Amino acid sequence: MNAVVPFEGIGASVKRKEDLRFLSGRGRYTDDINRPGQTYAWFLRSPHPHARIGAIDLQAARAMPGVVAIFTGADMTGIGGVPCGWQIHNKDGTPMAEPPHPVLAQGKVRYVGDAVALVVAETRQQARDAAEAIGVEYDVLPASADMTQAQAQGAPAVHDDIPSNICYDWHLGDKDATDAAFARARHVVKFDLVNQRLIPNAMEPRAAIGDYDPSTDEHTLYTTSQNPHVIRLLMGAFVLNIPESKLRVVAPDVGGGFGSKIFHYIEEAAVTWAAARVHRPIKWTADRSESFCTDAHGRDHISSAELALDEAGTFLGLRVVTQANMGAYLSTFAPTVPTYLYATLLSGCYQTPTIYAQVKAVFTNTVPVDAYRGAGRPEATFLLERLVDVAARETGIDKIDIRRRNFIRPDQFPYQTPVALQYDSGDYFSTLDMGLKASDWNGFEARRAEAARHGKLRGIGISTYVEACGIAPSAVVGSLGARAGLYEVGVIRVHPTGSVTVLTGTHSHGQGHETTLAQLVSDRLGVPIANVDIVHGDTAKVPFGMGTYGSRSLAVGGSAMVKAMDKIVAKAKRIAAHLMEADVADIEHDRGTFRVAGTDKTKSLAEISLVAYVPHNYPIEELEPGLEETAFYDPKNFTYPGGCHIAEVEIETETGQVRMVNFTAVDDVGRVINPMIVEGQVQGGVAQGIGQALMESCVYDASGQLISGSMMDYTLPRAADLAPLSVTTHTTLCTHNPLGVKGCGEVGAIGSPPAVINAVVDALRDYGVRHVEMPATADKIWSIIHGNAPRMAAE
Amino acid sequence: MYDFAYHKPSTVADAVAMLAADPDAKPVSGGHTLLPALKHRLNKPTALIDISGIAELKGIRREGNALIVGALCTHNEVATSDVAIAAIPSLAMMASHIGDVQVRNRGTLGGSVANNDPAADYPSAVLALGATIHTSKRRIAADDFFQGMFTTALEPDELLTAIEFPIPEKAGYAKMRNPASRYVMAGAFVARGPAGVRVVINGAGPGVFRQTAMETALSANWSADAVAGIKQSPDDLNSDIHGSAEYRAHLVTVMAKRAVVAAG
Repeated sequence: MNAVVPFEGIGASVKRKEDLRFLSGRGRYTDDINRPGQTYAWFLRSPHPHARIGAIDLQAARAMPGVVAIFTGADMTGIGGVPCGWQIHNKDGTPMAEPPHPVLAQGKVRYVGDAVALVVAETRQQARDAAEAIGVEYDVLPASADMTQAQAQGAPAVHDDIPSNICYDWHLGDKDATDAAFARARHVVKFDLVNQRLIPNAMEPRAAIGDYDPSTDEHTLYTTSQNPHVIRLLMGAFVLNIPESKLRVVAPDVGGGFGSKIFHYIEEAAVTWAAARVHRPIKWTADRSESFCTDAHGRDHISSAELALDEAGTFLGLRVVTQANMGAYLSTFAPTVPTYLYATLLSGCYQTPTIYAQVKAVFTNTVPVDAYRGAGRPEATFLLERLVDVAARETGIDKIDIRRRNFIRPDQFPYQTPVALQYDSGDYFSTLDMGLKASDWNGFEARRAEAARHGKLRGIGISTYVEACGIAPSAVVGSLGARAGLYEVGVIRVHPTGSVTVLTGTHSHGQGHETTLAQLVSDRLGVPIANVDIVHGDTAKVPFGMGTYGSRSLAVGGSAMVKAMDKIVAKAKRIAAHLMEADVADIEHDRGTFRVAGTDKTKSLAEISLVAYVPHNYPIEELEPGLEETAFYDPKNFTYPGGCHIAEVEIETETGQVRMVNFTAVDDVGRVINPMIVEGQVQGGVAQGIGQALMESCVYDASGQLISGSMMDYTLPRAADLAPLSVTTHTTLCTHNPLGVKGCGEVGAIGSPPAVINAVVDALRDYGVRHVEMPATADKIWSIIHGNAPRMAAE
Repeated sequence: MYDFAYHKPSTVADAVAMLAADPDAKPVSGGHTLLPALKHRLNKPTALIDISGIAELKGIRREGNALIVGALCTHNEVATSDVAIAAIPSLAMMASHIGDVQVRNRGTLGGSVANNDPAADYPSAVLALGATIHTSKRRIAADDFFQGMFTTALEPDELLTAIEFPIPEKAGYAKMRNPASRYVMAGAFVARGPAGVRVVINGAGPGVFRQTAMETALSANWSADAVAGIKQSPDDLNSDIHGSAEYRAHLVTVMAKRAVVAAG
């Protein structure tokens, strides 16, 4: 008999299978891969935010030691630029402005870091040396570095044929109904705020290796990607014109992405293209400085919000005007972040009957901006949860009461919001109550008084949020401008002796899929997770896939696996019926054991799979041998995690330093597969949210130079900057996917920033402060304290 | 980084001879400032003279009423030296708060002082304690040594060999870190001893400087209250995305108060 195997299925906090590899230095990242005859790339990048490119003198550089080849934009005419994957339409129905994004700059450079030339040499040092010997004549132009100034009359045009610098002017919701709601409002709360630009800083810098086999005409790209099939599709079809059958994209172990490795970057196309020119593999690895000025940045919104309320504090309507910075070019999914991932979330967890949002996307001479952990939803949540706090204060209603009064009730699901989404499930009252209890909300004033005795200002802040992830129904996103479907693919391959290989189109770059997805198989088919291998990240192995972002891997990829396992079980039942001479309708299945109902006759999955591959006694006339099934799953809706985050901070009045003292997260992420991994995902997200609220800020000067271009000036949160994080979950099941899962990767980064800033504003309640822009640095807080005498004495 | 020659002399005399023979050569010990600059190709020395193997630059010892710390002593060595802790606990405490563990295990006293980064820790202690800098050629009083941002009295072929700290009656240090780099945004080292009462500010300005109004106040009344009302002018202080000159000026007073409390 089998030894007793500990339960490893859904709900078990099993340790991450992949961690032994990662923690012992055996991960295999793109830069760890070396191909025979490999050369190295260095990109010569623009030092100017905006300039016209004159003559490029390559003579001296070409004579440098070790140089194999040098390419410039002139060599790449006829090659497509990297495409944008989502088309937004203006209010008037016309499509957005979509300027080309050449692989190597053509005619102009548009941000500091824009690639001008690619040098290929025997070593990385030689490539870099030769790049320095290239002479580029730049006719430096004034830059549009600032999003607001870029919209002014006569501002420098980032793209000559888009003199307004406007990418699109879009809207969502019912303007007339919203205006009418404001006309009859008892209170209108107005509020301007900024969601500052962030630099993602994945631990592993981006890297790419282009490899070409002239004997087969096959191209291979190894790259730090969250979605290798998407890269194959975009690069093969739109940039280099290589059929999928001749293009393999491998994304091996990837050290963090946070969204920044979704996008198709020019370096990927450049090394793939150039490798086929020099007939040698070419490796490029970014250094950290390049990461700062070439990885797509995140956030960067300026908004004005207005909330209409009646006498009782019921929300009547919401009006939002947002400017969103696109940077110099449209990154792959940039246009959708401030539209369909942002304005659609402005209902939050509230019954706001009418909402009208306008979003203008603006080109500037800065690094392209795209999705970063949460992507649009943190911006919506920050705006809404700050606005609700301000409304509570200005109407004199308690900030908890005003939320409860406007929450969508559990009996209202499915709930249709006025901004397109239909929430399937949620229980905002329960997560709120749990959060208040876990944070000892009611005991706060005593803690504040105690802190005051030590010269500290203590504040508490809450955020109740909902987000939309598990993206997304293909037909819906297609109607909204997506140029791809957002289904997922799963293959379940049961081997002859009963071990299982899963091929998934999702990609793990820190999330722990090798464990969580194996748990799904263990739960359904009774196979120990040690015998379940998850294969991802290679277009030559996995049939297809759309990758990992938007907290979609479990909700969409996991659901595809469930569908494939349904097929495995159905086929295995037919084999079992044959073996046990029973009717297939009488075969019951439970975790890998197939039983003739009402008898003790059973067959294990391993026995069945062996017969499937050694079909001596097998219903060969009616059933094919083998036990492998593929399923594509297209979700019916987004999923809607939600919850309550409560932050508690202390401010040192002398220095303005803000210290996190407590953080409580109660999240509804749907069914939890591995509680330990969920806790880790939420902790990581909260750490990034605290980073945005208190520390991180990407700063350009007026000329367009990146000031926060290194760790010396860009403040990432450290362990010591965080508070004890209490993370719990409260589950309402997703009603439309077979696992009931919602997604947990982004909730931490979405819910936490407003909780922290609400706490900072609360701490400063005696100073007449209405808002503190992120990040709440010591300098900023001190200026507030210094410039505002307390209205009442602290004692 | 660019290519460079590498030499590892075993005596100060050899190291100095190498530096004299090649004006574009640079000495290196812990390399915590020079190596990042080289990696960014911001510096192009012809040769690195690695002085880390020179025995005569090592060691911490007490001589009469002075603590003598060899140029090659790492921050961690100073932080954990029984001799240093007994003689000048504030100096050992300062060393224990420089950078992080990795920095403290590589970075050296000599490198920090010779580099004179305005945001470094050690120069404030050297100046506040009225230390004497021993070099391969001479002895230089701290008052004459620091000459503004990244500038010192050292000549190109002169090696800092040790620092002689007179042992104070009282000394204390407090700083506010830059949130990103963790260098000093504003710090104060206060001391009362053979060099008199001194208050030296680091991080806030383009170089370490003495806060004479605070020195006068502390001479009359050694207490945090004595400096609490003394405002530092923001003129000529550093201003960047992490802190305005006004904020740094404010921090000078706060850190001076805390340093006095730390000094006891």
